[in-house]
Amino acid sequence: MTIGLSHYLTVAAILFTIGVLGIFVNRRNVIVILMSIELILLAVNINLVAFSVFLHDVVGQVYALVVLTVAAAEAAVGLAILVTFFRSRGTIAVDDASVMRG
Amino acid sequence: MILQAIAFYLLAATTVAAGLAVISARNPVHSVLFLITAFFSAAGLFVLLGAEFLAMILVVVYVGAVAVLFLFVVMMLDVDFAELRRGSSRYLPIGLAVALLLTIEMIFVAVSVATNGAAANSTGPFRAGSVTNAEAIGRVLYTDYVYVFQAAGVVLLIAMIGAIVLTLKHRVGIKRQDVGRQTARTTATGMRIVSIKSGEGIDA
Repeated sequence: MTIGLSHYLTVAAILFTIGVLGIFVNRRNVIVILMSIELILLAVNINLVAFSVFLHDVVGQVYALVVLTVAAAEAAVGLAILVTFFRSRGTIAVDDASVMRG
Repeated sequence: MILQAIAFYLLAATTVAAGLAVISARNPVHSVLFLITAFFSAAGLFVLLGAEFLAMILVVVYVGAVAVLFLFVVMMLDVDFAELRRGSSRYLPIGLAVALLLTIEMIFVAVSVATNGAAANSTGPFRAGSVTNAEAIGRVLYTDYVYVFQAAGVVLLIAMIGAIVLTLKHRVGIKRQDVGRQTARTTATGMRIVSIKSGEGIDA
C-alpha cells in the first residue's frame, strides 16, 4: 500500500489529459480554455515535484516555482487580451477572433 | 502508511474529479470554483510529498491571485455562455478518444519511468532531516539558481506591464484636476481687469 512515484505521475497524467480534453470540448470559450491550460500546468507541477521528492533533489521544486510564475503571468496577460477582445467585439468566442486588425 | 495511502487516494480523486468538473460545468463561475478545489487538493498532494513550501505558494498564488482573477473576468464580462457551448459535443467523441489514448500512453510512460528510470533506485520519498523544505529551496534558489529567480521576476514584471498596457483605456471628455496647471496660474493669467462703461456691460 506504499504510494510510489508512479501513483503521483498517474494523477498528473490524468490531470494533463483532462486539460487537453477541456480544450477540445470547450473549443469556443476562451475562459475555459485558459482554465484548461492552468490544469495542464498544474499537472506539470505535480510531475516536477514528484520527481524532485523521489530523486532527493530540490531543484525540481525550484523549476516548479518558475512554472508557477509563468502560469500566473500567462493567466494575467491572457485575461487582459480577453478583456480587450471583449471590449472591441462584444464576444469571447474563439471563432470570432478571425481578423488581425483591431 | 495506510493513512497516507487513504489521504493520497482521497486527494487524487478530488483533484481529478474537480478537474473534470472544471471542463464540464455549464456555468464558468462553477468552473472557477472547481478550479480552486483542484488547486487545493493538489496542494494537499504536495504536502503529502513533503513539498510544503510549494503547497503554500500554490494556495497563495493560484487560489489567491489567479483563480480570483478568473472569477473577476468571468463576472465582469457579460457573455452568453450557453451560446458558446453550442456545437461543443460535436468534438466530444474524438476528444474522448484522444484523451483516453493520451492517458494510457502517459501512464505507461510514467510507470516505466518509475520502475526503470533514474528514480527506480529511489529509496522512497525524501524525508526532511534538519533542513526544512522552504530552507532547502531557499539555499539553491538564491545561490545556484539566482538567475532563474531573477528571470521569473522579469517575467512577472513584463506580464504586469503588458496587462496594464492592454487594458488601459484613455477616455476622452472627462474633466480631471490638473494640480500643476492650477498652481502655475499667476495673477496675470488668472485675472483680467476690465473697465465697464456704465449701461453697456461686457461680452465675456
